[in-house]
Amino acid sequence: MTTTPLAHRATTAAARATDLSKVYGQGETQVVALDRVSVDFRQSEFTAIMGPSGSGKSTLMHCVAGLDTFSSGSVRIGETELGTLKDKQLTQLRRDKIGFIFQAFNLLPTLTALENITLPMDIAGRKADQQWLQTVIDMVGLRDRLSHRPTQLSGGQQQRVAVARALASRPEIIFGDEPTGNLDSRSGAEVLGFLRNSVRELGQTVVMVTHDPVAASYADRVIFLADGRIVNEMLHPTADGVLDQMKAFDAKGRTS
Amino acid sequence: MFRTALRNVLAHKARLLMTVLAVVLGVAFVSGTLVFTDTLGNAFRKQTAKSFDGTAVVVSSPTSDSGGGMSQDGLADATLKKIQGAEGVAGAVGRVSGFAGVADQKGKLIGSSWSNTGANFAPGKDGEDTSYDFTKGDGPVKADQIALDRKTAEKGEYEVGDTVRVSTSGPVREFTLSGVFTTEDGQVNAGGSLVLFDTAVAQKLYLKPGHFSEINVAAAQGVSDQKVLTEVKELLPKGAKAKTGEAIADQQAKDIESGLKNLNTMLLVFAGIALFVGIFLIANTFTMLVAQRTKELALMRAIGASRRQVKSSVIMEATVVGAIASALGFLLGLGLAVGLRSALSSFGAELPAGALVVAPTSVLAAFVVGVLITVLAAWLPARRAARIAPMAAMGSAHAVATTKSLLVRNTIGGVITLAGAIGIVSGAATGGGQGRMLIGGGAFLALIGVIVLIPLLSRPVIALVRPPLSRLFGVSGKLAAQNAVRNPRRTGATASALAIGLTLVTGLTVIGVTLSHAIDKATTDNVRADYMVTMASGNTMDASVLTALEKAEGVKAVSGQQAFFLKIDGEERIVSAVDAADVSEVFRLDTVSGSLATLGEGRIAIAEKTAEENGWKPGDTLPVAFHQDGDDRKAEKKELTVGAVYKENEFISPFVLSASVVAPYDSTPDIQEVWLTMDGGESAANEQALVKALGNDPGMNIMDKQELRNSFGGMINQMLNIMYGLLGMALIIAVLGVVNTLAMSVFERQQEIGMLRAIGLDRARVKRMIRLEAVVISVFGALIGIGLGTFLGWAIGETLKSSIPDYALVIPWARIGLFLLLAGAVGVLAAMWPARSAARLNMLTAIKTE
Repeated sequence: MTTTPLAHRATTAAARATDLSKVYGQGETQVVALDRVSVDFRQSEFTAIMGPSGSGKSTLMHCVAGLDTFSSGSVRIGETELGTLKDKQLTQLRRDKIGFIFQAFNLLPTLTALENITLPMDIAGRKADQQWLQTVIDMVGLRDRLSHRPTQLSGGQQQRVAVARALASRPEIIFGDEPTGNLDSRSGAEVLGFLRNSVRELGQTVVMVTHDPVAASYADRVIFLADGRIVNEMLHPTADGVLDQMKAFDAKGRTS
Repeated sequence: MFRTALRNVLAHKARLLMTVLAVVLGVAFVSGTLVFTDTLGNAFRKQTAKSFDGTAVVVSSPTSDSGGGMSQDGLADATLKKIQGAEGVAGAVGRVSGFAGVADQKGKLIGSSWSNTGANFAPGKDGEDTSYDFTKGDGPVKADQIALDRKTAEKGEYEVGDTVRVSTSGPVREFTLSGVFTTEDGQVNAGGSLVLFDTAVAQKLYLKPGHFSEINVAAAQGVSDQKVLTEVKELLPKGAKAKTGEAIADQQAKDIESGLKNLNTMLLVFAGIALFVGIFLIANTFTMLVAQRTKELALMRAIGASRRQVKSSVIMEATVVGAIASALGFLLGLGLAVGLRSALSSFGAELPAGALVVAPTSVLAAFVVGVLITVLAAWLPARRAARIAPMAAMGSAHAVATTKSLLVRNTIGGVITLAGAIGIVSGAATGGGQGRMLIGGGAFLALIGVIVLIPLLSRPVIALVRPPLSRLFGVSGKLAAQNAVRNPRRTGATASALAIGLTLVTGLTVIGVTLSHAIDKATTDNVRADYMVTMASGNTMDASVLTALEKAEGVKAVSGQQAFFLKIDGEERIVSAVDAADVSEVFRLDTVSGSLATLGEGRIAIAEKTAEENGWKPGDTLPVAFHQDGDDRKAEKKELTVGAVYKENEFISPFVLSASVVAPYDSTPDIQEVWLTMDGGESAANEQALVKALGNDPGMNIMDKQELRNSFGGMINQMLNIMYGLLGMALIIAVLGVVNTLAMSVFERQQEIGMLRAIGLDRARVKRMIRLEAVVISVFGALIGIGLGTFLGWAIGETLKSSIPDYALVIPWARIGLFLLLAGAVGVLAAMWPARSAARLNMLTAIKTE
């Protein structure tokens, strides 16, 4: 996996956090979830965020994705600084520039697969780019399932719908929160394959939080968090490499 | 088990809030009604007992039939004297009374006409009348003196010595106020006015000189009422009746009680409707609570709880909720009873004071009703809870609402609805009282059937509104329409609650509006006159009123309408005696044959149907018998020629004669109304001219055409408004149901809403989505109700058709539109709180996996 860096890719950041801190509570009960984290998520790159429970990996993702507020520092999506945005603008930003994939699929049971895929565009009141939509649908292999409702689909199929939903509106960046957490390993591998293909073939930017080394090995780059700080970074990871790194954290955690 | 139930209730406080509120309102309605009528009944009973205090025996005048109405012959002075001298009698007072209206400083009548009474002042040897306590001045002893009750004197701002204008049956007269009194008289205490005249004046006004309509007898010390009764009875003329004061007080109390019982029943019917509506809300809540607790209940089953135990745990929970709500409802009911009394007094109906009466049965009723309704509503959810398999404990997620069993449900619903509809239609075809009975039964069945069917109906109906909703409101509209049918049972129950209220509201409105249209039409079609003059008291007028009006400025045509009893061709008939020259100027009489001008020649005019039935036509002569002053014994046989046949007119009897033909046989004509056509039609100046001609008499009622219409149609409108008010409680509970359903939906769909927020649905549109869902459900319920209500209105109208001329069904589109609009508004209102909590949802916790 340690091949040459893809030179043709732009090196500008799709999202950037600078000195990002998130503090819960005050005084003695104060908990620092994120401690001056600075990180760039480069365009057309597949980044995995890893770390033990409570390391702040989900908080980092939520703050960068505009789902959660932060205490200090700055977050940019493209050229937009999130810290100064009101809820309405933040919602609009999420709608237009960000795609989401959740662990629990989170599809609307009343809508068909196709309707779920085009939901973000419906919300924005935009027409879907048909050509792109067809490309995405073919990529996730849902052509013959489009009129099914989520309850008629398997877990893997549901998550594929969710992936298509995230891709369909061509967001600047897609965030995945444990996207394979609820899937068996085969379906999980499928979904991860799609995500990697979307980066390789379609130039998409993907950031994914996971605790599964195998899932992380699909990424171009893995960021390791512990106690709210970035402690390591690995380019072109392998599952074994990630696992070793995680074991090292655990060992450190036990000895300290 | 009880502790589990109690703990469950406490754990779901918020979710049970609407259920508790619904039961509280229903129970408050019931207990408020019971306490209010008990309190009122008790107060009235005390009052009647008080007003007969000291009256041992009451003697009432003999009556005789004067050919149509009963009239009093009076008790002569001599009878009074004899009674006064009887053994065991301490004293006896003769009474005579009738209508007397008092003008205030501006010349307007004080109080409402039905409670304006006049009576005689009957002083004893000491110059005092024991029934009246004078606070100022003395009783009237001269012909030009009167006394007034304290409240009336205050309202009119009259002081002793002032001149007061009093209206009785003749022209208004001026009297000098000799005194102001208080009394225990029930009607006066209820806000009526009472004028006391000198006995001779009152006798002349209300009966005949030297006669009384009633004699009140007081017993001497130590003599029983019964003894006095026996003594007095022997002294009475034929036909006079005597009863003990106690018996009369009892009778009056009984009359009041039966009147209150009717009020009671009516209020309880509406309370019942409100409670019935509440059932749907309660059932929804318990269904959700059970669904959410599927795992927990399954676990209980798995560790050995029997079905019966699971079921009774839910029932127990319902019992606890019902009992708490009943207690609160009862307290609210007490407040309602107090509030109702002050509300009624602020409308001018003064009720006797008295302590709040809380009968044990009222308390019992409140709890029985509250608990029973809650348990009843929770029964089905409890049964469903008992059916949860122990295996469900191991499964995941909530129990999904089944659509499978809807098939059985729909078949049953379809059959019941069909049976109901057949009942209604055949009732409409049958007509009359029997038809209405059929309709009543059919309506009940149809309502139940539709309620059963509503979940089925909801899908296609709401599918219809989906395209316009998504076009208008984008993704919020689309999702709202879909969410509304996600749980058809719950949506159905919610919509049913609204549908019941609106069925009744619409049905009543259709009938009410149709009837008032018929009345309007009858008025415009049958009346030409600009004004109608009547006595405020509802009594008939004497000829002087007619004479006075004839002289009024601007009068073009004037005719009295006098009821006269005449035996025509062997049958007793009521004839309208009118002014022969002017009758066709004040009424729209369409002549079928002959000419109305012949009335002036002493001929009789007959309405078409009556003429046809008897085969009479112009030129025929009919044998008639005139009674001298209504006396059967003095009949004069004559013949009358039919002069004209006219189309039926609602405002005049089927026989018309000239007043001059009748005059020789009626020394005291009873003129019911005077109709006038004026130069320039209805105008303020013309009305003023009439007021002036009548001598500014506060006892006279002058109505223009609009007021005439209102006097009939107004009552219908008033009835409708009262019904709307009473159905309001049921509608409030239905609205609570919508709030409840939406709160549940928002709660259940937290994760979904969180996801929608994450992928870019802003707060405003989340709110709109919830609001639209509420609007869709409410308007759906309203549509069902309006449809059913209109159908019922039509059916009942069909049964009334034969008894109402000019009947034509009127669908009040404007009001129906208003109802729909209100239903939409109700939806928006009901969604306010759920929508806000949906928009404020914490996105991160919502999307987090369970």
